Formats: sequence, C-alpha cells, structure tokens
Amino acid sequence: MKSSFFRVFASLALVLPALAQDLAIKAERIHTVSGAVIENGVVVIKGGKIVAVGTERQVQPPAGVRVLTAKVVTPGLVDAHSVVGLAGYLNQPQDQDQHDPGAPLQPELRAIDAYNARERLVEWVRGFGVTTLHTGHGPQALISGQTLVAKTRGNTVDEAVIVPRAMIAATLGEGSREEGKGKSPGTAGKQIAMLRESLIGAQEYQKKLRAAGDDATKKPDRDLRKEALVDVLERKVPLLVTANRHQDISSALRLGAEFGIQIVLDGAAESYVVLDEIRRARVPVILHPPMARFVGELENASRSTYSKFADAGIPFALQSGFESYVPKTRVVLYEAGVAAAYGLGAEKALRSVTLDAARLLGLEARIGSLEVGKDGDVALYDGDPFEYTTHCIATVIDGVVVFEGSR
Amino acid sequence: MKLSPMVCALLLAGPAVAQELPHAFVGAKVLPISGPPIEDGVVVVQFGRIRAVGARGSVEVPAGAKVVDVKGKVLMPGLVDTHSHVGGGWGADGSAPIQPSVRMLDAVNCRDAGLQRAQAGGITTLNVMSGSGHLMSGQTIYLKNRDVGTIEEQCYRFADGAPMGGMKMANGTNSQQEAPFPGTRGKSAALVRESFVAAQEYGRKVEAAAGDASKLPPRDLANEALLEVMSGKRIVHHHTHRHDDIVTVLRLSKEFGFRVVLHHVSEAWKVADEIVAAKAPCSLIVIDTPGGKLEAMDFDARSAAELEKRGAPELVGFHTDDWITDSRLFLRSGALAVRAGVTRETALAGLTLNAARMLDLGDRIGSLEPGKDADFLVLSGDPLSVYTHVEQTWVEGAKVFDLSKPEDRLWADGGWGAGLARAGALCCVGEEVK
Repeated sequence: MKSSFFRVFASLALVLPALAQDLAIKAERIHTVSGAVIENGVVVIKGGKIVAVGTERQVQPPAGVRVLTAKVVTPGLVDAHSVVGLAGYLNQPQDQDQHDPGAPLQPELRAIDAYNARERLVEWVRGFGVTTLHTGHGPQALISGQTLVAKTRGNTVDEAVIVPRAMIAATLGEGSREEGKGKSPGTAGKQIAMLRESLIGAQEYQKKLRAAGDDATKKPDRDLRKEALVDVLERKVPLLVTANRHQDISSALRLGAEFGIQIVLDGAAESYVVLDEIRRARVPVILHPPMARFVGELENASRSTYSKFADAGIPFALQSGFESYVPKTRVVLYEAGVAAAYGLGAEKALRSVTLDAARLLGLEARIGSLEVGKDGDVALYDGDPFEYTTHCIATVIDGVVVFEGSR
Repeated sequence: MKLSPMVCALLLAGPAVAQELPHAFVGAKVLPISGPPIEDGVVVVQFGRIRAVGARGSVEVPAGAKVVDVKGKVLMPGLVDTHSHVGGGWGADGSAPIQPSVRMLDAVNCRDAGLQRAQAGGITTLNVMSGSGHLMSGQTIYLKNRDVGTIEEQCYRFADGAPMGGMKMANGTNSQQEAPFPGTRGKSAALVRESFVAAQEYGRKVEAAAGDASKLPPRDLANEALLEVMSGKRIVHHHTHRHDDIVTVLRLSKEFGFRVVLHHVSEAWKVADEIVAAKAPCSLIVIDTPGGKLEAMDFDARSAAELEKRGAPELVGFHTDDWITDSRLFLRSGALAVRAGVTRETALAGLTLNAARMLDLGDRIGSLEPGKDADFLVLSGDPLSVYTHVEQTWVEGAKVFDLSKPEDRLWADGGWGAGLARAGALCCVGEEVK
C-alpha cells in the first residue's frame, strides 16, 4: 500500500511542470529562420524567453547556466494542423475524441474539453522537435468542432494551451459525406447548402442579439452553436475548411466571399489548378502532408504543389494532418523534409513548419523563429534536421528541456 | 497462328526489349550489395542480364557497347518489396478464415498505377498479397515490375513453370472477427493447426496411392496448396506484430515444418533472441509513429538493429505494405532503420538481397553480380538521403522509369491523372504505348 502510494507520488513528481530555467544552446548551425543562418552560434534563454542570439563571439553563455550543444538548431517546430491529443495512438473508441458522429454541424464542441496533454502522440512528436500544435476536431464532419493551439508540454490542457479556440473546423468532400437514407450531407451541393443555412441562421441570431443591445430581456436564448458561428461571421475566428478537390476548394472560397468570413484552406490537394483563385481570395492554406496517401480525393495530389505556392507567393504551412489508421499521426519534421526534397528547398520547407506556420496561426510575434523576445522554443539535432538518418537530440519549450535523447 | 521462336521471345520480353547490344554504365558509385561499394564503377548488361561489374579499368567494356555516362550517380540493384498490396487485388472473401486455394494471380490488376509508382520508387520485384483479415488469405504472387499487358508476363515462376508465390497468413487482432472467424488467439492457432493436420492426412493418402490414380483422394486445392507450404516450396509470409504472436508463428512453423518469413514484426525487438534462434527472416515495416492499432502500439524501428546486434543481419528485410507506406519512398524505410541504429550495409541489403532471399529469388536478383537479372537503379545520390531521387529504374536491361520524362515524373511526384490506371502497356511488339 505504502509503496504503491510512493510510486504514484513519484510518477506525479516526474510529470509536474518543470520550471523555466536559464539555458544556453550552442550549435554549429543555428537556423534563426527570421534571419541569416548563424555558424557557431549561441542562443540564450532566460525566464522562458530568448534573450540573445548570435555568434559565439557576439554572445557568451551566462556563467553558471546549463549549456546544451548540438550540430544544428532550429526554432521549435510548429505543426499547423493536427488532431494529436484528441486522437490518441491506440486508435480505440476511448481515445478518439476528434469526431462526434452525433450531428453533422457542431461548431460548439470545444477542443479544450477534449485535449489530452499527456497523450503519447504528443510526447512522440515532441521528440522530433515539435513544440507547438494546432490541433482539435478532425476532418470527419461538415463542422466537427473547434481547434486549439497548444505547446507540447504541460500535464493539463490549461498548462499546454496558448490559444483555446483557434479555428472552427469544416470539411467538404469525402471526409464529411454521409451515406444512407435520411442522412445528410450526402452530396457536395448539400454540404454547401447546409453550411449556408447554418451561417444564415447565425446571421438571424446575430441580428436579434444586436437589436436587443444591452437589454437582457430582449436577448434570444443562448445558443452555443449559433454563438460559435456568430464569431465566425464577425471574423473573431476563422473557418478552417478541409477541401481537396478543386471544385470543393472553389466552393469554400465562394462561401467565404458570400459571408465575408475568414477562410483557411486545409488539405487542398488539387489547389494547383486553382492557384489564381486562391491568391485573389487572399486565403492562407495549410497544405496536405507530402506523404499523405495519394488515393481517393488525393489521387491528383502532387509533391510539386509546395514549390508552386512558394513561387505564387501564397502563404502556406505544412501539417501532419489527420490519419485514421497506421501511422496514427505523421511527423511534420519528416513531411517538411520530403517537401524540401521535392522542389521546395530546405530553407522554405523549414519556414513552412516554423515562422510561416506561426504566422498562419497569428502567433508570429511569439513563436516560429529564434529572435530576442520570443518564446524559448528550440529543437536540437545532430545533423541536417531533414535527413532521414539525423536525430532530434533535445527539445526545449519556454526554456524547459522537455526531451533529451536520440530520436 | 504459329509464331517463330524469335517473336515468342520478344513477346515474353515485354515492351522494352532487353538489348542485344551490350550497355556499359560507367562512372557511378556502384553498390553491388554482394560486395563493397565501388567508387568509379562499370556495370555491363546484355540480354537482360548483368554481364560484368567492377571498378573502371578492371572491367572490359565490350567492343561496340553503348556506353552510358552515369558519373556522379549511384547505381544499385532494384529494390525488392517483400510485402505489397498494389494492384488492387482482393484475395480471400468473408466466407472463411482459411482459404489457401485463393490466388493473387487471379486478382491483381497489372495495369494499376501502384505498379508504376513502385517503379518510380525503384521497386523492381514485389511480393503482392492479400490482406491480414484472415488467418490464411491465399497465395501471394511474386511480380517482376515490367511494363506488360498481363499478369502472366509479369510473374516469376517456379522451376515447374507455375506462377511463383508464397502463402499469406496472419495472427493477432486483424484476423479475429465474428464466427466462422476466430475470436481469440487460442482459437486462431487451433484453426491453423487443424488445417495443417488435415493437409497432412491428405498428403498421406496421396503418398499411399503411390501414383495409382484409382487410389488417389479427390483433388483438393486447399490441401494441395498446404502441402506445397509444408514441402517448403511455398514460403509462408506471416503478418504478425505482438511478441507473443511472433512466438506462436515460430511454434507453428516448427510443428508443421513450414518455412516462414515474419512480416511487420512490430515487436521483433522484444523477442529478437527467439527470432534469431529460429533463423526466421523478418520483413519489417517502418512507420512514422507507434500505434494506429493495438498490436502496433509498441512498434519500434530499432528491430533491425536488434537482429543485427545478435549477429543475424541476413534476417533483416523491409517492405512497403503499400498503401501503409508509399512505394515511391521505399528507400526511406531502410534509412529510418539506420536512424534507429542498424548499419547502412544491413539496411541496403534488407531492401535488396536479403529481401530477394525471402522470396527464394536470391540467386536471380537482389545484387549486382554477373549472371543476375539486370534490375538496377540510377540514383541522384546516397540511397539513404531524403534529398536523393530515383532517376532511372531498369528491369531486365530495359528502362521502365525515367524521371527526366514528364510522363514518368507524374508517377514520382503525383499530379493530375496520377491516380488513373496506366493506359496500357504492350499491345504490339516494338510499339511503346503510354
């Protein structure tokens, strides 16, 4: 009895939030991403924030602080779209919280009520240098729910989360299509009709709210579903639309224009045939992982899409995406490596999983590059981060070493 | 219609006819696999076979040979994928858990785009099989990844001329379903043992008949196939993940004397001693993340290294399990095993020669040696680098993939129309059909 108590106590002690400590990281190559690569450089972190970045001549590790060394250092990686933490690695009903099949439109489902900060997949991707995840409800319903942004540390969602509600996730195409009599949406036309009806319903609700003004007696009954969509209409939260077929991408853009809402495109396998439309709509895109399976509505996907976006100047980020089987998640570090090798180039590929991803999430002031004042989120490698045979040797979040090893 | 022997030979050879003219590939770093790397190498091929391999100066380039300058490239044997599901074929159906008479030969679409993606990934030989939802889902088929019109032209053959393949088996959770499928591990093993015992009884009757047709038992395709398994002609390719399931396979293999290659083997690292003691080759899957299903929750890419550490590098092989992993990135599986501790040599052998031996094809493919099939790749660089691309894939001396051609690049990169089945292959000798 006593021993089991102590075992529980000891395991709790191990996972208690580590306090930010002062830390210096020395590396042969520092990819700051925001600026030039620094050869033989040092990053100094104090109170969880970066306080100095420069060459060994310019910056000295403060006396007495712990010094980590690596061949190559990058900003902590930002995975622009995942379901990790809601979807667990066992892939059993009890660890799959990314989709509730009860209704096709559930924008009120909050990711903070479902995110498991101790999920093994969170720990797994952290071991590859991923320090920030945009994760949440998955691409399996017309509107599956909300997403959040979390650091890959902390024992509770409250310790991990940095944006409790990042986006509201909608899905067009195969992912949200229902089959069978009495079930909707069964077609592409119905999908858009249902989204339009919902948004119009939210507009009516918004009108009533506005008409009531400060008079509480005149306010309509609270409706969580409509409240969430009103925030979409008021551009307080973007609608993340997963769409892979070009006609679904065009539908998403049309929807965005009709309601004046902010759209973020996700997946976008056939986007390369509607690049001009996407650019004109000023819609950022979280492109499918280059190792996603090129089947179904990804049958026309191309690994040259990334460089086409870069050439067209359309903001984009990479993602690990959603997987329903094996592997249960992809690793955005690996995906960026493949994108780099298929024409994007290593520099832009790194940006797509750091600063560009941070910008897409509206967090570029805080994460995504190694700059003074930003969070002390750093990934350490024993070689070119994208090489198959390189290892991530440490991950630092807010100045705390959250992973050390060789993965 | 009577065809001359020459026309027959051409028809059998496929659309890109193996050259009568010797070709000499000169200047590449050559990785023969059967020997150490050759920095400035020469590979001579003719009539679909490798004629000579060696360092520049040590190998005679035949007079009149077409010389191909591959300086700066890496040349290695074509990859052997010991476990693939390309071709869209379904084997056994839902009627029973054990269906050894079902053949993938009768199910694979040899014009499936998956085979061209495999060419783009450098895969020149594949073991195409049905799934793991059955204890025994049927006979696998070993395919040479030529551009052909029919499966008959594509398959390897046993010495007796029959299409060559193994037998797909599975244990663990995938094959556990509602009756008549097993509901437990114990039942799974019992059903398999009953089938093998029945085949042994059938075999005894056949033997007792001693060639007397009147005494032979009625033909039974399932038992015939199981006798081929127990005689060692047909290797069992056994899906198995968990440590206890792996040991069960070894136990059954010993009881019935069948030869087995363990496939996936997510937890091989836990029972590496037992695997090495049984000398059971492992066709390993390499996935990016553990889990996705219960039996893969303890997957670890270090299994290859654990086998090697025990002095058994020859037991290490890999597969794509396409579509679980992508045929176009098969080299990556070996590279990630290196990341997890295995040597480069073992990883490369696991993608080629070790894999060929797992299909009883080690004498014919898997290394660059005189007399072997001229199946090889021209790579832009180190085979284990993410930045390296397969530039050319050659099968029996014929180029089947060329990254510099836009129509071939489509298979490598993807793009509009890449998901469609290939339009056709050989319709008429000498005419290339896209």
